[in-house]
Amino acid sequence: MRNSIFRLTWVAAFLLVATGTWAQSSDGNNGSFTLPSLLIIVAIAVLVYLYQKSDNVLALETREGGKKSPRTRSLARSKVPSYVNGGPVKLLKKGYDILLEGEPSKEVQVATDVRTFAVQPGNFPGLSPIPKVLVEAGAEVKAGDPLFFDKNRPEVQYVAPVSGEVVAVNRGTKRSIAEVVILADKDIKYRQLDAPDYGKCSREELVSFLQANGAWPFIRQRPFNVLADAQDVPVNIFISTFDSAPLAPDLNLVVAGREAAFQEGLNVLNKLTSGKVILGLDARGTEAPSSAFTQAANADKYWFQGKHPVGNVGVQIHHIAPINNSDKVWTLGVQDVITLGAMFSERRFNAERVVALTGAELKQPKYVRTYLGASLTELLKDNLASDHVRIISGDVLSGDQKNQDSYLNFYDDQVTVIKEGDYFEAFGWLTPSEMRPTVSRTFRNFLFPNRRYKADTNTHGEKRAFVVTGQYEDFLPMDIYPQHLMKAILVNDFEKIEGLGIYELVEEDVALCEFACTSKQPLQKILRQGLEMVHEQG
Amino acid sequence: MKDQLLKFFKKIEPDKKKSPFLHTLYDGFFTFALVPDSVTKGKGVHVRDGMDLKRTMTMVVVAMLGSFVIGTYNIGHQHFLALGQYTGLMDGWYLKLAHGVIKFLPLYVVAMVVGLGIEFWYASKKGHGIEEGFLVSGALIPLIMPPDIPLWILAFSVIFAVIIGKEAFGGTGMNILNVALLSRAFIFFAYPTFISGDEVWVSGLEKIDGVYQSVQYGWAHHMFDAIFGWFGGDKFGAGGMAVVDGFSGATPLSLAAKGGWEAVTQVYSTSDMLWGLIPGSIGETAKPFIILGGLFLIGVGIASWRIMLSMALGVAFTGILFNMWGATPSMGVPWYDHFIMGGLLFAMAYMATDPVTGASTPVGKLWYGFLIGFFGIVIRVFNPAYPEGWMLAILLMNVFAPLIDHFVVQSNINRRTKRASKATAA
Repeated sequence: MRNSIFRLTWVAAFLLVATGTWAQSSDGNNGSFTLPSLLIIVAIAVLVYLYQKSDNVLALETREGGKKSPRTRSLARSKVPSYVNGGPVKLLKKGYDILLEGEPSKEVQVATDVRTFAVQPGNFPGLSPIPKVLVEAGAEVKAGDPLFFDKNRPEVQYVAPVSGEVVAVNRGTKRSIAEVVILADKDIKYRQLDAPDYGKCSREELVSFLQANGAWPFIRQRPFNVLADAQDVPVNIFISTFDSAPLAPDLNLVVAGREAAFQEGLNVLNKLTSGKVILGLDARGTEAPSSAFTQAANADKYWFQGKHPVGNVGVQIHHIAPINNSDKVWTLGVQDVITLGAMFSERRFNAERVVALTGAELKQPKYVRTYLGASLTELLKDNLASDHVRIISGDVLSGDQKNQDSYLNFYDDQVTVIKEGDYFEAFGWLTPSEMRPTVSRTFRNFLFPNRRYKADTNTHGEKRAFVVTGQYEDFLPMDIYPQHLMKAILVNDFEKIEGLGIYELVEEDVALCEFACTSKQPLQKILRQGLEMVHEQG
Repeated sequence: MKDQLLKFFKKIEPDKKKSPFLHTLYDGFFTFALVPDSVTKGKGVHVRDGMDLKRTMTMVVVAMLGSFVIGTYNIGHQHFLALGQYTGLMDGWYLKLAHGVIKFLPLYVVAMVVGLGIEFWYASKKGHGIEEGFLVSGALIPLIMPPDIPLWILAFSVIFAVIIGKEAFGGTGMNILNVALLSRAFIFFAYPTFISGDEVWVSGLEKIDGVYQSVQYGWAHHMFDAIFGWFGGDKFGAGGMAVVDGFSGATPLSLAAKGGWEAVTQVYSTSDMLWGLIPGSIGETAKPFIILGGLFLIGVGIASWRIMLSMALGVAFTGILFNMWGATPSMGVPWYDHFIMGGLLFAMAYMATDPVTGASTPVGKLWYGFLIGFFGIVIRVFNPAYPEGWMLAILLMNVFAPLIDHFVVQSNINRRTKRASKATAA
């Protein structure tokens, strides 16, 4: 592509000269036209020649020196930080970082007064809404004791993240189980796990151990982002070691002190796949990421540079080894890998989580150390700046809206609190009352690239038909046409949905497109609808 | 201010069930004055970009402001130029402006009232909010009309374009053909004498016994005469003055079609053409402001630079090709001079870049623009009856845009299938 453009330039240049000459011969008063165009072309040719020459010289030098050094072409494109050390780097040009106020301060506090935890069956995509609950209110459980299982897949147990008393089994709509709530002990008691030696045991043995002891739900399968099926052997297992979403937690902080467990988790995962365990590493910052990621053994490492959604594992998969229709790959979060590793290194189900409390409506945005499924009331106690807020489990782009008496979702390690936006604004579309995050250059925001904003939940306009084109493409760094995919889903064009790459997408990947959408279309909802349709049919 | 505005609107809110049309109308103005208090819900994004369709459409209208002003002034300028009065650009500027406003304002009002009326009615029938698309279409339509177009013809054309061209396909975002161009095309085929030939591009003239003279001025001109009289300025008078000797009213394009570039330069200087002081459709002549507007739209990221660039390349390519061929005088018009004649730039900045009717894939946009440039020049050079190609070229490519997109999308699908089959083979 680049080459053909290059060639086209020469053709255009030739035509330019040709017409110049022609124009001169035809009416005689355009003589001044030929010389400048000739000069410009000669100048371009000299520059291109010099550039190629220097590039070759540089390449020659580095080859002789035995060093691996990028050629000028790649240098011109971006500055690859030195800590990458010659590893494979993927530079993504598309995307956008939404900068919000309410970044957490960089130290982790132990949340001692967070005592209530819950496991919510609704968090697990693909689980039947009424699982078989094994405990009753009042029962004592240890961390790692099974709480419930899906009747369709009885081998997969969902376990208690902490020890203590089961205080409630709450039901939601249509008798579904909403949450199993546990009041935690002061000192967590763990059930001793009889972990097999993963170096020697068979894959089946390993799988049944993980299923029986609560580690299986950590593994999610792509396409569709559902619980992994033990019958499948994944092509690869992908782990993104950084999160690029707005106000996302710094995973280097999260892994600090748990490096060994993380490595142990990687070792175990290696036994589950026929391919490789692949880490996506962060090459955006000036400092190298944690050595737990950069020095990890038994894993392939790819560096990524760019803007959100560069940290999404789906985007990384697309650039490392894209998912084909029949392929299954698995993904895990970093903290899930740590818990999984600790089941072997510490022989207990240690569901400790570092959670980032973020957002402009918190008095003190911070990191806290707690356990899976912590109570939001207790997490946010005395920290809310006002009452009229939106509490989100996850980030502002693809998180879940939560009531304050609810619990953090199973896969989330972030709580975001922002202002509710239910206010009218006089001529707000023309002259907004305050600056707000936007990708549009019709606002003066683009003059302040590093400014952080207080966002609220106002939609800033009403839903409209798809009008603007080419907008989504700028915010999805994949070889996919999102708008055409969305339209295909809306008209149930099954063949096109498949062909346009729905298998490579989950909701979080199109969240940025949804944010930017001028017509306020619900892209994540549409995509989920499409995923479910394809999932049912396939 | 906000609370008062809100109170006022709450007070006048009509009942939705009893009078749906009124309520739709009300809702349109309400959401215009106050951005609603709707919030994001449940799953999906919790924050939304500050950009919405109202702002997008308004920005396009803002980009056209220069064309509005110069276009209006040029109506008066051309009128007096034909009469041989006030030949300097700024001579009698108030008379020229007044004449321009008298001609242009009714066109704008009729286009907007008729078009928006139909939009409102359909929105109330379908029970959804009013989409902002017609803000731009309604601003574009008067700019691509000759200044003397009868208002009833304009009204008919707008009705046709909005109902057949847009609402029949499902409203904003669903139309296949550009609404503004469709209204022009309607007039072009239904009432061709009002929009083609040499006689329609200068306003306020009539032919009596084969001789052009200015029309009898009406009440609007007399009103301005009274106002100018207070300040001791010049007046329109009664009208009925003869035109200057040798006046033809021909546009550069019709001259070029007959006699090539030399015939054009005999009548109009290059700088007059560049600055838009020539007869033509109202908005198309003000080239510098069109260029500024186009650059503005590219700068803020609303219009596609791909379409504009590739269209310019298409024009240049085709122009050069014909220059080399050079069989007829119109083929010999230097390719770069095509840019300052007729509606090329206007079509490039505002018509071809319509996102709904254009190609929607990045690669598709390049082809789309290039082919518009190609066909536009072909029509311009070869069509003896009507030497302007952009309306027909763009409408033609509107029809083919889905096909272009189909090929681009299909190649993406094929790429994916190929990758999958390669993976299974390996």
